[in-house]
Amino acid sequence: MTTAHQLSAESVTLAYGDRAVIEGLSIDIAPARITAIVGANGCGKSTLLRALARLITPQDGRVVLDGEALSSRPTKEIARTLGLLPQSPVAPEGIAVTDLVGRGRHPHQGLLARWSARDYAAVAQALAATGIADLADRSVDELSGGQRQRVWIAMALAQETDILLLDEPTTFLDVAHQIEVLDLLTDLNRDRGTTIVMVLHDLNLAARYADELVAVVGGRVHALGAPSDIVTAELVRDVFGLESTIIADPLTGKPLVLPSGRHHISMRG
Amino acid sequence: MIAGRRARLRRRAVIIAALAAAVVVVFVLGLMVGRTFYPLDEVVRVILGERVPGASFTVGELRLPRSVLGALVGFSFGIAGVSFQTMLRNPLASPDIIGITTGASAAAVVGIVLLSLNETAVSFVALGGALVTAIAIYLLANRRGFAGARLILIGIGVAAMLQSVVSYVLSRAAAWDLQTAMQWLAGSLNGATWERVVPLALAFAVLVPLLLAQGRALGVLRLGDDTAASLGVRVSLSRVTLIVSAVALLAFATAASGPVAFVAFMAGPIAARLIGPGASLLVPAGLVGSLLVLSADLLGQFAFDNRYPVGVVTGAIGAPYLVFLLARTNRSGGSL
Repeated sequence: MTTAHQLSAESVTLAYGDRAVIEGLSIDIAPARITAIVGANGCGKSTLLRALARLITPQDGRVVLDGEALSSRPTKEIARTLGLLPQSPVAPEGIAVTDLVGRGRHPHQGLLARWSARDYAAVAQALAATGIADLADRSVDELSGGQRQRVWIAMALAQETDILLLDEPTTFLDVAHQIEVLDLLTDLNRDRGTTIVMVLHDLNLAARYADELVAVVGGRVHALGAPSDIVTAELVRDVFGLESTIIADPLTGKPLVLPSGRHHISMRG
Repeated sequence: MIAGRRARLRRRAVIIAALAAAVVVVFVLGLMVGRTFYPLDEVVRVILGERVPGASFTVGELRLPRSVLGALVGFSFGIAGVSFQTMLRNPLASPDIIGITTGASAAAVVGIVLLSLNETAVSFVALGGALVTAIAIYLLANRRGFAGARLILIGIGVAAMLQSVVSYVLSRAAAWDLQTAMQWLAGSLNGATWERVVPLALAFAVLVPLLLAQGRALGVLRLGDDTAASLGVRVSLSRVTLIVSAVALLAFATAASGPVAFVAFMAGPIAARLIGPGASLLVPAGLVGSLLVLSADLLGQFAFDNRYPVGVVTGAIGAPYLVFLLARTNRSGGSL
């Protein structure tokens, strides 16, 4: 994991049927950094992530990995560089944790299902990194939501990609598990230099964990940069249509958004 | 972790071997038992190509084609059924529930009753019926993106429609056509000849490897289309390959024996029970299919005072199993 891969969107237009969700959007994903995409519901942030993961083919423009359009490269080859954890993956009923995590090895395997020593090593490492080695032979059905999410992340780790895309990896998790997952992704970024791109709902968690923040409004990149540079009351208003006060997070010094709401307007105001 | 996986793999290998052994036992039993009983050594000598007075004809020309046809038909139904069930992540998505088999039946009945076709022609018409129905269902379900649940619902609707075609044509049939048609509809290995085995065997030799080659992709497709695509599976290509191979195999099998009720539907879930979750079910389901057809045929021929076609026996087992599976799926919300 030494070479940093460059993933970019070049003026892509993304549409479902005739309805364009994103028009002419360009973005360079910062290599070896954590990027969080934020925005209101329906702004096109998940669509953008899906396009970066080649799950949607742009109507116009292209997504480029290391100078070559994704659409012109074999998908299995891309899968060795670029991994995705979708929003709602499906676990086959009763499957054991190891077997599910092992599915992440698919792009590295040939026609036969037999695991190589490398496959075993990668799976073991992914289980260890996500702290679920002791669950290896359990059935995924029996696990809690937080554990299950770690299994899926382990599967993405077993894929051994330098870029990892995640679509709302913290949804359905309680706050402790949300932090746990984001810490895990930070470890991954720090220890292995993995480029992480995730769609996040929670602006405060995004501001805390991301090196780069991408704010999407109406299918366009409204603002892009380090959270400390771009998170302002004005940005929150533009992105979410919400009044708020921004303070410095007493723990990290990163911006912390305090939403106002109709019933809790500033005491000083 | 490694020990756990190795243990699961070993267990699966043992179960597959046991299933294969059971198929061989029932297969050989079917060659020995009949109006005249032939001992094992004579049966083996016939299979090896020696001339054994009496046995060479009865076993070699009557029972052997029947058993071979039964084994091939069963394996085909099983592997085609489980391909659909796994791909669509739903045990109800079997070709005999979603109208493909009914398509073959409707075409065959029209061929027998309205067109007075001979046996070979009926096989081809049934083959065409299954393929056309499958294409229609796929196209209807594939509008605005593919959705498994939609395919199942559309398939059930199409099945009901085609069933009414079958009923209508039968109601207008002359007595002798009616008998032929009913015999075909019941699904039967009666009158199996080498001529009937050959087309299925050829299709089998081409299509089963195609399905098996998709086995790993199928395992990944179970994780959802997005996950599969991001793991480097060409989702649409895999799905079309699986559907085309499974439908074609099923169509050839149906053309050879008629729709042997519920085998395509039952084999997968039974194999899943035996083999445990997470592994490829293609070969185990095929073996279960063979075992079901061969044992049901033995039962139908010799267990009762009357002789029953194999489809009647599998239907009698399959219908309650469908109810059981529906109840269970409803409760656990689970898939295959």
